[in-house]
Amino acid sequence: MIIAERKPIKELLEMLAGHDKVLLVGCKGCVTVCNAGGVKEVGVLASALRIARRRQGRPIEIDEMTLDRQCEPEFISWLEEPIREKGYTAIMSAACSVGPQYIAERFDKVAVMPALNTKFIGGTLEHEVWAEFCRACGNCGIHNFGGLCPITRCSKGLLHGPCAGSSGGKCEVRPEVDCIWHLIYTRMKNLGQVEKLKALKPAKDWSSYWSGGVRRVVREDLTL
Amino acid sequence: MSENFEPRIVAFCCQYCSYAAADLAGSMRLSYPPNVKVVLVPCTGRVDPLHILRTIEDGADGVCVAGCLEGDCHFLEGNFKARKRVAYVQRILNEAGVEDARVRMFNIAASDGPGFAEAARMMTETIRALGPNPLSTKTEKMTEEL
Repeated sequence: MIIAERKPIKELLEMLAGHDKVLLVGCKGCVTVCNAGGVKEVGVLASALRIARRRQGRPIEIDEMTLDRQCEPEFISWLEEPIREKGYTAIMSAACSVGPQYIAERFDKVAVMPALNTKFIGGTLEHEVWAEFCRACGNCGIHNFGGLCPITRCSKGLLHGPCAGSSGGKCEVRPEVDCIWHLIYTRMKNLGQVEKLKALKPAKDWSSYWSGGVRRVVREDLTL
Repeated sequence: MSENFEPRIVAFCCQYCSYAAADLAGSMRLSYPPNVKVVLVPCTGRVDPLHILRTIEDGADGVCVAGCLEGDCHFLEGNFKARKRVAYVQRILNEAGVEDARVRMFNIAASDGPGFAEAARMMTETIRALGPNPLSTKTEKMTEEL
């Protein structure tokens, strides 16, 4: 899922300067799971912003709304009525950066701002702790590495074995991070496939990652 | 204003310990400041950051969350969760420009009536020193008039 975290209140207050009536929109997708932008976090953030603005002597009216998902245009249309009826001057989106972009494209008369920093595609390590697992390179080859991704999980993104900073199974960049090459080697050894790691492989084709402009996936059989 | 200031403090008290301690303090005829208004909760683990923030937003001068002694929670770890949440709210209040000392966690055993009275006194004195919540309507009006 997409992992995000809330921006500092100070930064959000700077964005909201000049706005007195704002709709704070949460998302019930990934950011609810990582406790950054669901119903509850939207409530806490709205309260914090109201408190901060009252402390500044410039009270702000913040309404709260949480959409099922902000990465689907049909859910974004749920905002049409409140925006038309309530006269908000700004929408603050507590979703990954897809949400505020959809809102900005749909409504040209209101300012749109992100409440969250979108961090990475990740998974849960333990309760309320998340780590990056995928860099969305667009050409997955983890089968060559025992099912583990060195591009994302090696701090240096090495594809041909560990660096000299691997020590006791940990990474020199951050000691709490496992050396993924240590894990890859151990796993390949257990699978009896260490020889596969010795095979020469051509340089990775990164064109699926950077080139060609905005990436797009189309399922022709399902398009309407 | 500060001479006549009587803090309004909301205390979220766990029914298994702090609420019983408050009851015991009354039974023991212990005097403690009447500024603390008790809200009964089934466990301090039920107290959400939003409860505390809204209480401050609505004008309470202070909020305390009073749970069981550490290790004695009826639900095993509700008071540990509450402690973390109180710290989280304190960070948010700091970011929003409100003194974090307005929110505090206490751990009081059911048998400790004097402990509750002492906590109530301590919290009242802390808030009295801080002054009124700048967000209370009364304070905002007076600031505008000044």
